[in-house]
Amino acid sequence: MADDINMANPAPGTPAAILGSAVPRIDGPLKTSGVARYSADFNLPRMVYAVPVVATIGSGRITSLDATQAEGMRGVLKVYRHGNMPRLYKSNPASRTAQVGETRPPMDDETIYYNGQYVAVVVAETMDQARAAAGAVKVRYATTPLNISRDLSDGFTDKMEVKSKRGDVDQGFSAGTVTVDETYITPIETHNPIEMHAVVADWDGRNFTLYESTQGVANAKEAMADMLGVPQENMRVVMQFLGSGFGGKLFPWTHTPIAAAAARDLNRPVKLVVDRHMMFTNVGHRPRTVQRVRLAATSAGKLTSISHDYASDSSLLDEKGENCGEATPLLWSTPNLRVRASVVRRNLGTPTPMRGPGAVPGLYATESAMNELAIKLRMDPVQLRLLNEPELDESTGKPFSSRHLKECLTTGAEKFGWSRYNPEVGSMKKGDLTIGWGVAAASWIAGRSGTDTHVSMNDDGTVRVVCGTQDIGTGTYTIFAQVVHARTGVPMDRIKVVLGDTRLPSGPMSGGSMVTGSVLPSIDEAAREAMGQLLKIATSGNPAPFPGAKVDDLALTDGYVHLKSGAPASGVRFEKILQDANVRATGGKGSTQSSFESDAAKKFSFHSFGAHFVEVEYDPGIARLRVSRVVSVIDVGKVINARAARNQIEGAVVMGVGMALFEETQYDARTARPTNNNLADYIISSNPDTPEMDVVFLDYPDTNLSSFGARGVGEIGLAGVAPAITAAIYQATGVRKRELPVRIEDLLHPAPALHSI
Amino acid sequence: MIDFSLTRAGSTEQAIRLGANAKTAQQGALVRFIAGGTTLVDLMKLDVEQPRQVVDINGLALADVVRNPDGSLRIGALVRNADLAHNPEVLRSYPVLSLALLSGASGQLRNMATTSGNLLQRTRCTYFRDTAFPACNKREPGSGCAAIEGNNRINAVLGTSEHCIATHPSDMAVAMTALEARIHVVGLKGERDIAIADFYRVPGTTPNIENVLEPGDLITYVTLPATTPATRSHYLKLRDRASYEFALASAAVVVELDGKRIRKARIALGGVGTKPWRSEEAERVLEGKPAEEAHFKTAAEAAMRAAKPYRENGFKIELARRCIVRALTTVTSEQA
Ligand SMILES: Cc1cc2nc3c(=O)[nH]c(=O)nc-3n(C[C@H](O)[C@H](O)[C@H](O)COP(=O)(O)OP(=O)(O)OC[C@H]3O[C@@H](n4cnc5c(N)ncnc54)[C@H](O)[C@@H]3O)c2cc1C
Ligand code: SF4
Repeated sequence: MADDINMANPAPGTPAAILGSAVPRIDGPLKTSGVARYSADFNLPRMVYAVPVVATIGSGRITSLDATQAEGMRGVLKVYRHGNMPRLYKSNPASRTAQVGETRPPMDDETIYYNGQYVAVVVAETMDQARAAAGAVKVRYATTPLNISRDLSDGFTDKMEVKSKRGDVDQGFSAGTVTVDETYITPIETHNPIEMHAVVADWDGRNFTLYESTQGVANAKEAMADMLGVPQENMRVVMQFLGSGFGGKLFPWTHTPIAAAAARDLNRPVKLVVDRHMMFTNVGHRPRTVQRVRLAATSAGKLTSISHDYASDSSLLDEKGENCGEATPLLWSTPNLRVRASVVRRNLGTPTPMRGPGAVPGLYATESAMNELAIKLRMDPVQLRLLNEPELDESTGKPFSSRHLKECLTTGAEKFGWSRYNPEVGSMKKGDLTIGWGVAAASWIAGRSGTDTHVSMNDDGTVRVVCGTQDIGTGTYTIFAQVVHARTGVPMDRIKVVLGDTRLPSGPMSGGSMVTGSVLPSIDEAAREAMGQLLKIATSGNPAPFPGAKVDDLALTDGYVHLKSGAPASGVRFEKILQDANVRATGGKGSTQSSFESDAAKKFSFHSFGAHFVEVEYDPGIARLRVSRVVSVIDVGKVINARAARNQIEGAVVMGVGMALFEETQYDARTARPTNNNLADYIISSNPDTPEMDVVFLDYPDTNLSSFGARGVGEIGLAGVAPAITAAIYQATGVRKRELPVRIEDLLHPAPALHSI
Repeated sequence: MIDFSLTRAGSTEQAIRLGANAKTAQQGALVRFIAGGTTLVDLMKLDVEQPRQVVDINGLALADVVRNPDGSLRIGALVRNADLAHNPEVLRSYPVLSLALLSGASGQLRNMATTSGNLLQRTRCTYFRDTAFPACNKREPGSGCAAIEGNNRINAVLGTSEHCIATHPSDMAVAMTALEARIHVVGLKGERDIAIADFYRVPGTTPNIENVLEPGDLITYVTLPATTPATRSHYLKLRDRASYEFALASAAVVVELDGKRIRKARIALGGVGTKPWRSEEAERVLEGKPAEEAHFKTAAEAAMRAAKPYRENGFKIELARRCIVRALTTVTSEQA
């Protein structure tokens, strides 16, 4: 049996060569034909609709809530509010496997902590009836002073939490001949997946089934079992297709227990879809960050000190910090370093991870500071980075499992044409336009989480792989099938991938770019087991097509079991062997141990790296700025599906354009209500904002992480895009704005050239 | 969204009769015509518009574009924005209109949106569109204006009052203003033919009243006057992203050149005014002058002289100036 396949470097021409090739999504036709069912597409008999009523003040208390009219309206079954809301427990705050977004059970008290908070929920026979009745619930409030201050200086105290430390930053700072000491700000951003959060909750008298738009069915199951007070085995969560999540759907939000509690109370299935306005207030966002970065370097450009202090804002209900310093301690070499963090509390909803949490806003600050340092040093920003490449992860003393950042920078520089870079502001032209160039490095943590999978070879000629993880739109279904094909050689169209159901063996949350690295080895193990059982039947079953042969003499090619010495077609189809033996399926289980618990894995520092090179075009007469060209060189280990991986990076770069130039959730200062709370006013990149993109994967397998050598590609692409863009903006315009986004009004009055080399 | 009844109008007369059952044709109208529905349905879902009766006018024969004997162009009220933008007569004689239409909304929306619906689209002021904010004089007369002290980056700097600073967001109407379009209306009292400059109202003390339409009034078509061979026109729209966003500032320019000299100029601005903003001040500066940047700048200054900045939108004044200068530069430098 072929247990000698090198998955990280598959031999050309073998089934394993599918690893790394550009395989189209196997679920694509389901999506384009409308067959794929998203959570809100589930319709159950007797189903009713829940529509929340939201607070229109940002801080205070409900003084009266009059639902009399709403309760009398056509089709209305019940109006839930504080007082008649069925009991919900808090999800276990100490658990790491049962997390929720906002920990306060909905409608737990009459205090208003943030604008948009659910104060009541109407359940009616139809969606329109529920909406109409929700509009008829009359709520009065007593307001109390609110705090949504954008000034986070209350976080910059002696009490900041030290996240990482080595040497003495103050000494290191004075030892430097060139220093940068600047504060960078990133705004609140809202995830805005196209699919709005939705749940269809079903209760059968004993068991819940939740069709839930989630990035983690296993976590949702545990958390909802906790909140609803049922044993875990009585809670099932299903998510077949997700219209994206960007982190916003990692943890259940308060609408989910509301729908489930109502379903149990009314004994009817309940559908609740969070509307676009509520998407801005009730289901998390990337918090605002204010980050002070101090860098010092010798005149030759060697860093002597890095200090990174930051604060982010969280809700009054939960202290959730943005870990901006995630990459800081390990990205560059320096003897002296300190990273400190704090969280301040505001009358806002609870924040939650958004694509590349921590590292993305963090790298905007630290990589911007590196670019400013390069200017002060009169040094090429690529050179400055190459010069400060560390030998190992200086924050832990561990070697990197696989780090090729230098090559990202040099390859990118070459592809981009960086040698023609002229740092003088406004010096580079393209016709009537001024162009600007910028560069930044990217980093994102890698790891494996524990997982179980099961693979079966069936008497209908299919191979089925099942895992309780989920495909959030990124290609997980497809790459799982690729692994089965790589191992068994069974054609792709005969491989069935079943995900997104807590009845399946438990799989990881789709977060942190960890699904690929975690699940692939376990699929392989399970597939090998299923194949081994099959070959055993082939040699010693009754009847056995290869009686007396040794398992090792046999091969499985294109679905045929045959003697290694003979051609595949001389053998027997595997389903035939099962049919003849009257065995429906062989099946094997595989599991992966979490890298955070594995001793072997603990020896290394696992990170992905990358470099982005950006060109902007600036038309000074009308202050128009567009990102025209991006070259991204990405080091994520072995790429499993070239198409899906490129899609992740390109999508992330486009998102980075939005982060640099457009995205910001704006709040009305008097009411703490977002004003651009819809997709027309919350500006994200549109198609014509998409730059010309060149994505290069270095493709060095990281076999310390897994036999496949793959790390994961979901988040790294966004890290480092914004600071590369703002560097390019500076070079084109002379405008140095250290707060995102950089808008047209910031570019109306470009500064005269500030420096030249 | 509240319950409403839907009636398909079989004739203009029926539409007018049904429309006339409402007390007003302005904010609060209990009867609304529906054309493409891209403004109305949105606002009904948001509870900003709450008509009890919606009258579908899509069955009326108002979807033609006809060249009149005098050279003017008659555009039916129900001509879709996408069709109008690609109409050969429009492309030949009124490029400013085609450019303006294509700069607006998205392909799907333009396929639905109509001439009359576009003229009557409502403001994008976020406080108007979100009923969680109680203060909006345009939505609820007398309730105040949340935008004046609020997030008003997208609001107007020209034609504002202490009661409302909302822009009229249309691109098409800005082009039509520079083209001196006439809007034809049929109502209870017969037919009227209204210059676009007289059609819209600035907010003053009654921002809920946006135009001169009375209950029952149905827009039937729009006429664009004939152009001369010397007429050139252009539309420039400035905004954050490259597409699918309303104007922060836009300029429609229509000029007749006599060699290097500007014989006639018509300038209208979008994104900055409480109505599609005609700038006769700028036109006066330009007429009779050579097509030179210095004069464009003076004209742009003149256009924005009366502008009043608010908390977040002061930049629009300079942005609009730049927009005018660039649009004039482009239109006068093009090969005729
Ligand atoms: C996301 C989005 C982005 C957009 N971006 C832009 C943009 O960038 N630039 C831009 O200019 N526009 C933009 N629009 C607005 C769009 O152009 C308008 O919604 C559209 O033109 C309205 O036309 P309609 O036929 O759909 O109007 P409807 O919604 O059918 O009607 C609008 C109003 O006009 C009334 N009405 C319609 N026809 C008549 C008639 N014949 N007589 C009397 N009353 C009538 C209706 O009663 C209603 O009150 C955008 C819209 C959306 C939703
Ligand atoms: S500017 Fe006009 S539309 Fe906006 S809130 Fe004020 S009154 Fe309402």
